[in-house]
Amino acid sequence: MINKIAASVARALADIKDGSTVMIGGFGGAGQPTELIDGLIAQGASNLTVVNNNAGNGETGLAALLKAGQVRKIICSFPRQADSHIFDGLYRTGKLELELVPQGNLAERIRAAGAGIGAFFSPTGYGTELATGRESREINGRMYVLEMPIHADVALIKAEAGDRWGNLVYRKAARNFGPIMASAARLTVASVYDIADLGALDPEAIVTPGIFVQRIVQVPRSATGPSGFKREAT
Amino acid sequence: MNKWNRDQMAARVAQNIPEGAYVNLGIGLPTLVANHLPKDREVFLHSENGILGMGPAPAPGDEDYDLINAGKQPVTLLPGGAFFHHADSFGMMRGGHLDICVLGAFQVSITGDLANWHTGAADAIPAVGGAMDLAIGAKKTYVMMEHLTKGGESKIVSACTYPLTAIACVSRVYSDLAVIDITPNGLLVVDIVDGLSFGELQKVSGVPLNQ
Repeated sequence: MINKIAASVARALADIKDGSTVMIGGFGGAGQPTELIDGLIAQGASNLTVVNNNAGNGETGLAALLKAGQVRKIICSFPRQADSHIFDGLYRTGKLELELVPQGNLAERIRAAGAGIGAFFSPTGYGTELATGRESREINGRMYVLEMPIHADVALIKAEAGDRWGNLVYRKAARNFGPIMASAARLTVASVYDIADLGALDPEAIVTPGIFVQRIVQVPRSATGPSGFKREAT
Repeated sequence: MNKWNRDQMAARVAQNIPEGAYVNLGIGLPTLVANHLPKDREVFLHSENGILGMGPAPAPGDEDYDLINAGKQPVTLLPGGAFFHHADSFGMMRGGHLDICVLGAFQVSITGDLANWHTGAADAIPAVGGAMDLAIGAKKTYVMMEHLTKGGESKIVSACTYPLTAIACVSRVYSDLAVIDITPNGLLVVDIVDGLSFGELQKVSGVPLNQ
């Protein structure tokens, strides 16, 4: 009987190796798999390349992983925030390499990896310093920049519910990078609040089919926190 | 002469957003535009983190931090709204499906180049987010910004000195002094704050304007 349900976070993450590229889902706090990140800190893999939209907030989640010194490089679109002091300190002292990628190119490079695309031309970033040194091409009168896929050894994502085949559904805007990261990694581990009986998830509503998911692990339900972002002054 | 304040600028932008438009409002000043859309006008607000049909902020106590906007502030979903993943969300931009995006800016050039993501200062940590994707993606990119820097220099320039976000992407600037279209024939002033003459606007702008 196929059963992708891991007994614990520790079991789900046991074989992550030093030097891995690890995609971590989430946009700020929404969709951030905090329990899996804590598990990765406990597991101790080091010299990691992390792919995330941001670079950690406050002292928890991704920020805690950075603080633990396990990350060599981060690929993200928006590292600097009001409470990104852990990242800021590591970056300024040269302890953390940054690859800054426009958010849509980041998403499409992840999607391309999962879809088996060798590379693609994107109009985003053409003529800017983020495209310096890369191949560009005019196609039908518009300029594009060559973008390479981002493959990962591991994706850690958060979903709302899953079943033993690895099918996943998400909650609201916590979906964000989860589906594409699941497709781009050799080992995708999803945390879920609910384990559904096989057949209980509406097949018309499954967002990530189980083929993209190797392990799921149930974590206690908790509300997503405000993740420490300051409100915009208005 | 009274400059338009932030709400007046937002109201001026909202006037030009038609029923049925798919619109992305950038972080900061542009988010104010949502407050000025008439209640009886259906406009689809897009948020880069995977929302169409985004509604206003929830009542205090009803915040759900799985339902946030690009600035990570809690929002709501209107009936008919939808969630989708990040690649779809940015495909909506890059694929030209959004009608309008409204962005803030450090500088806009007379040919519509935009600089809004990085001051280029040596000690600044760069962060681009979705700015470059938004700038090139929507059918029309509007900029909302103060006309002048704190030092009194025009933010509409012959060529941007800050690092570029995108080339020739801005079609209209809503400042606190004027509304200016960027056309193949140059800058065209379409509205101007009460009490300011075209000649005075021309003088502070420092780039050639047409009326």
